[in-house]
Amino acid sequence: MSLIYLIPLLPFIGFVVNGLSFPNISKQLAAIIGTIPPLAAFLISIQVFVNFDGTTQILHVAEWIKLGDLQIPFDFQIDALSILMLLVITGVGTLIHIYSIGYMAHDPGFGKFFAFLNLFIFFMLILVLGANFTVLFIGWEGVGLCSYLLIGFWNQKNSYGNAARKAFIMNRIGDLGFLIGIFLLIQDFGSTGYATIFSSIQQGDVPDNLGVIAFCLFVGAMGKSAQIPLFTWLPDAMAGPTPVSALIHAATMVTAGIYMVIRANVIFELSPDILHLVGWIGLSTALLGAIIGLFQNDIKKVLAYSTVSQLGYMFMGLGASAYSASFFHVMTHAFFKALLFLGAGSVIHAMSDEQDIRKMGGLKSKMPITYFTFLLGTLAISGIPPFSGFFSKDEILANLYHHDLLMWSLAILGSACTSFYMFRVFILTFWGEFRGSEKQASHLHESPWSMTIPLIILALFSVAGGLINLPHFAGGNEFLAHWLAPLLPSPESLGEVSFFSLEMGAPLLAAFIPPLLAIFIFSSKKLIPAEDSQIQGIQKLIYQKFYIDELYDLIIVKPINFLSVFFGQVIDFLVIDLFVEGIGKIVQYASTEFKRIQTGNVGYYVFMMVISIAIILFMGLKSWIL
Amino acid sequence: MQTIPDIIRTIPLAHYILLSSALFCIGILGVLTRRNAIIVFMAIELMLNAVNLLLAAFSSYYSDPSGQIFVFFIMAVAAAEVAVGLAIIVMIYRNIQSIDIGILNKLKN
Repeated sequence: MSLIYLIPLLPFIGFVVNGLSFPNISKQLAAIIGTIPPLAAFLISIQVFVNFDGTTQILHVAEWIKLGDLQIPFDFQIDALSILMLLVITGVGTLIHIYSIGYMAHDPGFGKFFAFLNLFIFFMLILVLGANFTVLFIGWEGVGLCSYLLIGFWNQKNSYGNAARKAFIMNRIGDLGFLIGIFLLIQDFGSTGYATIFSSIQQGDVPDNLGVIAFCLFVGAMGKSAQIPLFTWLPDAMAGPTPVSALIHAATMVTAGIYMVIRANVIFELSPDILHLVGWIGLSTALLGAIIGLFQNDIKKVLAYSTVSQLGYMFMGLGASAYSASFFHVMTHAFFKALLFLGAGSVIHAMSDEQDIRKMGGLKSKMPITYFTFLLGTLAISGIPPFSGFFSKDEILANLYHHDLLMWSLAILGSACTSFYMFRVFILTFWGEFRGSEKQASHLHESPWSMTIPLIILALFSVAGGLINLPHFAGGNEFLAHWLAPLLPSPESLGEVSFFSLEMGAPLLAAFIPPLLAIFIFSSKKLIPAEDSQIQGIQKLIYQKFYIDELYDLIIVKPINFLSVFFGQVIDFLVIDLFVEGIGKIVQYASTEFKRIQTGNVGYYVFMMVISIAIILFMGLKSWIL
Repeated sequence: MQTIPDIIRTIPLAHYILLSSALFCIGILGVLTRRNAIIVFMAIELMLNAVNLLLAAFSSYYSDPSGQIFVFFIMAVAAAEVAVGLAIIVMIYRNIQSIDIGILNKLKN
């Protein structure tokens, strides 16, 4: 049992060693120190997974907060949900560490990078292992910090630093909601432990403000998982090195919000209004992300918006109470989105840091492994059977079909957009003629083994990931749903579906037709997206991301700046300078004036004393008479 | 044989009050106007004795001996005070060859 403590401890040790010894040790040593801990943690997680007997275990690590009746211990919880998250985090994390060895090879901040990655893994593990909301919150804040550090990793460039700050501040808004939710939980239940809260709710002790709590928790999830209105940080987060985008901003951290909602499903189930809100926010985000993704020309931006959109799908699934389906999508998405990001990283690496797909093309023959794995990732995210994305997305869609038909049809639309823009990126990058400069052409090469091996492994998972929750109609036994069943409300039976019904056919059409369209437009007709200056009309509106950043700038940033200037120049002048300093000046002036009555003449003092005593006596006498 | 309180009561109380008020005011004026430290000192003693007179008179009229006991205390304290005060005046005189309180303004500034 004690091995479980090692799972978060090892990455922390890796962080401390690498962090303290940077830059005094060689890159090879830093790579080994950085990569071994997540690998070891992964192996321990497998061992925990294999030995898991289906009962929830709580491991007491330390006493933490004791305030009167309130007790918040530092506990870990091992159950079906956290074990799967452990596997995903350490598994994908290890692959991305290996990939980073190749990707960051020429970077002077190599050791620092691995230290940050290890710290991130540590906090993410704390997040999923925590047995109460407070421990979860430590991890929650910690991954936010690491996200900030890694987005701004190349901090010499000002815009990257701004992107990091933006991510941090947006997350902070969500965190405030989360924190208020935690406080309300403490107020209502006197505890933040999952077991205490959920069992007391299930025994019928439902406080009136449970809906408010659910809403506050969801606000936290909104920030961390980049949902409307707090999603604009995620596309900007692409300023970080590509492995970071793959690990933090696609595979793990951004799914923390979904993990938290699944964890708190007991609370959400009793707040149907909030669940409804979750579904619609998810849908809007999915559609918005998919539409913006249609016209982006930066390969990482497309993937970023695709992540926003896929997270929207997961929240939609949560809104329809399809928790296991959403979690299934979390897992498959971790595989194929990490794969796509790493593939994009491989392309960017070969193209000497070029990210514009209009300058790529024809990379198929130059980078066969990247090409092939990226193709598999694209097929998976587009929902083409039998790749993993098909099963997970289809399960969410099937639940939506029974939940709300309007939501379902809009989700199908978003799904069609997804497969269109993914094939657009894929075709423009790998097919056709090379459109970059001569210098880039001469430099093109397949990435080193440390980068291709993670790609291959992730590609295998992207292809076969559907097996973990293969539905009955495809001959599976829904392993994941059964595995998670003890933690979730019992799902409604969706009945048997066949490949030829509307329920099944529409998603398939949405998966197959847009790629054909993309092939027609970008391959047969060889259309290349226009240069920035020539983009017009509604396309420009979408290309500029609906001007949402500008809108936020206008309604939030500008007023705050104005207010700051106002406070700085007007309030500061009037209150601080005139009032506070004024009091000091008055005292100073008064004292110089009063100083004069101190003549040093004893007779004068006595005279004043007699006059004063006479006045006091007179006053006393007056009050005595009256 | 008449007791002392009886003798005191042969004069009306208002006369005592007027006399001690007059003595007290003379004392105050002395303190305020004179610059010789010894005269000031005498004026203070005058004020103390004005109070003593009043206490003795009231004590007799109200047949309450505590007033007269107070007078004894005041006289004892005043004697001690005179000893200390005169010693200070002597020291001042030794230092500055003067007992003019107008000169004693070294506390200023």
